[in-house]
Formats: sequence, C-alpha cells, structure tokens
Amino acid sequence: MTVWFVPRDSAARSVGADEVAAALTAQGHSVVRTGSRGMLWMEPLVECLDDDGARIGWRNVRTADVTADGVNASFVGVVEDLDFLARQDRWIFQRVGITDPVDPEDYLAHGGMAGLRTALAMSPAEVVETVVESGLRGRGGAGFPAGIKWRTVAQTPARAHTGDPANAPVHKYICINADEGDSGTFADRMVMEGDPFELLEGMAIAAYAVGADRGIVYLRSEYPDAIATLNQAIEVARANGWLGTAILGSELAFDVEVRVGAGSYVCGEETAMLESIEGRRGMVRVKPPLPAIEGLFGTPTVINNVLTMASVPSILARGAAAYAALGTEKSQGTQVFQLAGNIAQGGIVECAFGISARELVFDFGAGTRSGRPVRAVQIGGPLGAYLPADKLDVAMGYETLAEAGGMIGHGGLVVFDDTVDMAAQARFAMEFCAEESCGKCTPCRIGSVRGVEVIDRIRQGEDAEANGELLRDLCEVMTDGSLCAMGGLTPMPVLSALDNFPEDFAPSTGRG
Amino acid sequence: MTITSPAFAAWSLEEARVIIAPIANEPGPVLLCLQAVQERFGYVPADAVQLIAETCNVSRADVHGVLTFYADLRTTPPPPVPVRLCAAEACQAVGGRELKREWEARCSQSPDLAEATGGDEPVFCLGNCALAPAATVGGALMGRATAAALESRVRSILGETS
Repeated sequence: MTVWFVPRDSAARSVGADEVAAALTAQGHSVVRTGSRGMLWMEPLVECLDDDGARIGWRNVRTADVTADGVNASFVGVVEDLDFLARQDRWIFQRVGITDPVDPEDYLAHGGMAGLRTALAMSPAEVVETVVESGLRGRGGAGFPAGIKWRTVAQTPARAHTGDPANAPVHKYICINADEGDSGTFADRMVMEGDPFELLEGMAIAAYAVGADRGIVYLRSEYPDAIATLNQAIEVARANGWLGTAILGSELAFDVEVRVGAGSYVCGEETAMLESIEGRRGMVRVKPPLPAIEGLFGTPTVINNVLTMASVPSILARGAAAYAALGTEKSQGTQVFQLAGNIAQGGIVECAFGISARELVFDFGAGTRSGRPVRAVQIGGPLGAYLPADKLDVAMGYETLAEAGGMIGHGGLVVFDDTVDMAAQARFAMEFCAEESCGKCTPCRIGSVRGVEVIDRIRQGEDAEANGELLRDLCEVMTDGSLCAMGGLTPMPVLSALDNFPEDFAPSTGRG
Repeated sequence: MTITSPAFAAWSLEEARVIIAPIANEPGPVLLCLQAVQERFGYVPADAVQLIAETCNVSRADVHGVLTFYADLRTTPPPPVPVRLCAAEACQAVGGRELKREWEARCSQSPDLAEATGGDEPVFCLGNCALAPAATVGGALMGRATAAALESRVRSILGETS
C-alpha cells in the first residue's frame, strides 16, 4: 500500500492540509503527517515514494483531487530535485518536511541524536569551544557569538533562585526565545512543528556544555500548533531517555518545559522575556547584569533563539570547521531566510550567508505574487529597514546589512509591490512601537506616540520641512536613548522609508 | 441575545481555587495562574484577581498589572467564534488593510456576525506570512484569507454548534 506524506505544519493546515489528509484516509490510503518542505506556495504539497524510493509530489492538492488511485493534481516530480530545494544547503531544516516530527525512530533514522552523542564523548569545555569555533552567532537578531555566551555561563557557578533560602538547590537554565513576533518570520515555528527533537537535542547539548539542569522554551501563544507539537515531543523525548535523568545513558540530567507567552511583542527582548517567565509584566531590564551571569530567577542563563539552538546538533555532528567554512568572514554558517508578503514563491530558504537579497526575492521568490514590480523589501522584521528595489544587491550578513543601513534580524524578507504607501508603512512602525512598548523608558513609550503625530502632520503637508527635521530629531533620541531594540530600532524602518522613498511623504503625491 | 462560547466553563471561584492551587507553588506563578483561569473560563473576572493575589501572596495591584500588560488576557468573556486578522507588515503587503475594511463592512451589515465574532481583534503576526493575509477563526489559522471565506467559516462553525 502506498504511504502518503501530508504536512501537519500550521501554514499547510491553513490552506487545507487536514482536509486532504482526511480525504486520503477516507479513500483507504495510509497517511504520515510531516512538517512542511517550506515551499509554502505549493501547500498542500502531498508526497509519496516512487519505485526508486524517491519522494515525489503533487502541489496545491484539494480534497476533490483525492481518489482511490491517488492524487489527481499538478505533479512536481521528485521533490528534492526542485530548483527551490536543490539550491539550498539545509542544516537546521535537514529533516523538516521529511520526517514525522514526533516519531523518535524517524528522527534517529535521519541522523538525529548524532550531535548529542558526539558532545557526550567530549568534555563540556570542548563542546563550548566547538560552538565558539563554528562561528555560530545569535539568530534572533543581535548576532552575539553563541559560544562566548555559553562560555560565560559555563564559568559562572550555579545559583539558587533569587529569594530562596541559602541552602536551596542551585540551578542554571537554558532558555529558548521562541517568541517569534517579527512579521515575515516563521522559521522558529516551522522547526518546532516540523523537527522539535532537533531543538530539544540542541538544548541538551547546551545543558551538558554549561552545566545546566533546567530548560524553558518561551513560546508565543499565537503558535498553538507549535506549543502542542513541542509538548508532545518533550513527552516522547522523556520516554526515550533524551530528556530527564541519565540522558542517552550518561550522567546528564536535564528537563525542558514550555512556557506560553501572552501576546506581547516586546517579550521577544531577552530581559522582558525573563520577566514574563517570572510571571511579571514584560518590562525590559537594565543590563548589566547580563543574563548569562544573572538571568532567569537570578541564575546563570543561556538565552538562545530557536534557530541558534537548532543549529547546534548539526554543528556537533558534522564538525565546527564544516559549518564555519560556509558563509562570509563574519557571518558564518547558514541562515534560514523567510520569504514573505507579496511574493510569488514564499517560504523557507536555508543557505550560507552572503547570498544577495535580490537572489532571494527574484531567483527563489520569483518576484511579487501580484505580478507588479517590487518596490520595497523590509528585511529583518518590523524593526528592520525598507530597502528599495535598486538596493537589493546587498549580501545577506550581519555586517553587510548593517553597512547598507539595515539589519538581518531574524532573517525575514517582506516584499511589497509598487502600490505600497511608504509613508503609511513608516507611520505603522511608530504605531506598532506605541502599541507594543513596555513603557519603561521615555524615548520608546512617548517617542513612538509623537512619531505617529509628526508623520501625520508631514503627510498632511503641515510645515513639512520643519516636521521632517523634527521626525529625524525624534528618531535620533529614540535610537540613542531607548533601553532596548524596541524603541532603539523603530527609527530604522521610519528613516529608511523617509530616505529611500521621500516622494511618498509629500502630500501632493502621497499615495495614502 | 448574548451568545456565549460553549468552549469555556461558567465562572466558579471554587473551581478557580482548585485550578491555581498547584500552579501557585511554581516559580513566578502570577502569569501562569492568570493563563490557567482564562483557559478554563475564557476570561479573568475581578474575583480571580483577588484569589490569585491571595494564593500567590502578592498584592492585587501586582496581579492587575500583569493582567493589563498582556494583550491575550481579557477581563470579559470572549465571543463564541473570535476572528482575528493579522495587522502586521507581511499581511499589509497583500491587502491586509483592505481585508480589515471589508470584514468590518460585513460585520456592520450583519450584526449577528459582529456579535458572534466580536468584530475583529487585531493580532501582530500569526506566522503565516508566506500565505498572507492570515487570520484565525475560532482559533484555527486561515491562509490567503478573504472576507467571504472568513464569513463562510464563521457561519459553518455557528451552524455546527447551534
């Protein structure tokens, strides 16, 4: 009997994957639910094995296309030979879309646990140095070298929770920031829904390396499928000796729990996240102390993004040198780019740093979904810059994008066609900041409200020149005076819109 | 007529006490308690604030502060089939703003639709940015959403539950 592979990823489900899976079952077919390949414009993409054992697929399958003989929809051939996939170099996403995300046998059969086994054969310090040598940097946006952070936590003694009695048990934490709130990003979600064991394996490696006993994944409430899948994976991992005591028969004891967010963007900022996990308002903390020294409940804490931690098992399994050889001098390894917004072929592109934004948008993404010319691409989330179509040759990397006046953020690219009103986008950036500011510092809390007002005055033609100057002044105060990236980077989309698309701010030609 | 969601239990102080008792011993329990109450009853009534404050040994102001900080937490019962439209950039790029206007127009034409869905509660990013505009209807994610598809989904859920 043919086995059919149908994604259970929430993006695939949002366009009917569940119904297709049910139709296949109703016709007597056997169905395995997998993650998504990340070619989201093809979803639901349904696959089966051909006579040679290769996975072949049909795209945009509807329930009406399902028959007792199989699927009668647009055939795409061997899925891994599709240009979009064949041109990628998948490390983090190596199993996503291929395996059943909560089947431990499938995980092992596709290379799972090789990283943790390698790590356990080394000393903890050697594991830390391997991560340092790999050049892995934080994929949440800040780009801090992961290995250096681990080294600090490894060298800091475990401590009791703040407020606990002196003889209370001491801890270190591995904390995963899965509060993926940036518009245009969904890679964390797809890893947690498509290969959650990889994240858990990375966390166990980190726990071994730094001497941590507890792990927490702070996962946003907007991702109910990811919450359910990760919780299920944690249960399976415990049952298989991948979490808990004596992990893989070693002396490592480490367990993980999921903490669900509550609809606050700023809780993606690491110190606000710690406050939220501690049950309080998500107010940003002043640094120092660094979380690596005094983090969750006052204990030394590794805080890494999902993609950072999910990179670790492959780095251990395949070697730091192989990873570091990819990318550019200062941006090593692979990045998971996410193509979103007005894009014909939206989805996941994991490849080495250094690829240009133009290649991503046009070669992989095939331009806009509307068929109109690309006018702007916002790179790196709501706090990232809007680049015009003629500046897309920039190489994707931490430093190269910074030099171009932008930032790589969490690797999202949101494409806009020529109907976009860039003054409205600039206004939205301020509005979003006003909505989501934690309120602790004045430049962010009040500056964002004033920003909306000033942009409104400019768009209405009210003393445009003086108000333009005022807006720049305000942006400078927010950039230099805010406590965290929320207020500090909101000026980036605003000023990039103003600098690259000044014509949209003129009231006579404004498009809004 | 007020339609209430069948997914949640009617508020009960006694039941709330039972629900939060084990959580109150966790480190940093206040947000967990609020989330647990909302998961069971659909919202956090004023009585729950007092209860959580007493159980966790913090002030009512502390609990109120947490309750009002987070967009997810609500102090009134939710509509039966909440509709949430993504208001963020990737969805704006493919007509998110227009979808919101169209949806609001439908809700103002059909008061029963507005009452059943609560109109629209905006959300910033549902992680479905390659299949935008994204929305949720009764918690289920919808890609490439249109106002017609939203209404049809809402009506089919209402038909199933009535």
